Amino acid sequence: MFRLVHEPIDTSSLRNALVRPEDGAVVVFEGVVRNQARGRKVLFLEYDAYEVMALKKLQEIGERAGREFEIRDIGVIHRLGHMNPSECSVVIVVTAAHRAAAFDACRFAIDEIKKTVPIWKKEVYEDGEIWIEGAL
Amino acid sequence: MSIRVLFFATLAEATGLRETEVEASACPDVASIYARFSLRFPKLEAQRSTLLCAVNSEFARPDSPVHDGDEVAFFPPVSGG
Repeated sequence: MFRLVHEPIDTSSLRNALVRPEDGAVVVFEGVVRNQARGRKVLFLEYDAYEVMALKKLQEIGERAGREFEIRDIGVIHRLGHMNPSECSVVIVVTAAHRAAAFDACRFAIDEIKKTVPIWKKEVYEDGEIWIEGAL
Repeated sequence: MSIRVLFFATLAEATGLRETEVEASACPDVASIYARFSLRFPKLEAQRSTLLCAVNSEFARPDSPVHDGDEVAFFPPVSGG
């Protein structure tokens, strides 16, 4: 399950939707908004996306994770729009028979999301705002 | 006939445009589209060194060909997650 949403993410419903009796491990990763960055206080973030391509790239990451790791299922929800500190911007759920593959696939997925999914965040401070650009 | 052109994040701010169109006949490849908009919006020139582009939702290169009906997107390095 791969989705882009504009409302708060319900992590436990994604977890409950994916987990099956044959799973022995469920890894849940949440990326959350930090209240400071680059030495400045962050009031909130704004996330923007090229939604059609972002969804396609999320699906491709999920397919690759399924091929490269011994997992049973993976789901990703990324939220877009305005988010305050401590709110969840992305959740990844990986289910597997055993924990090692689930951890590895989850790490792979978040690293790939940060490299290849066309989503951008703008940090808004008390005295300005900056679009953050990732490393090429 | 036309090509749909999209800008995101810093590039949307540099152009004031999110979505527009160009004549397909004037733009054989991705770079020629960017060059056209750089004339109108000089701020785009500064973004060129880190520019990413996509044709029909797949990463592309400056020399990737474009055709009538394609969707071409320009954006900075991604920062989601």
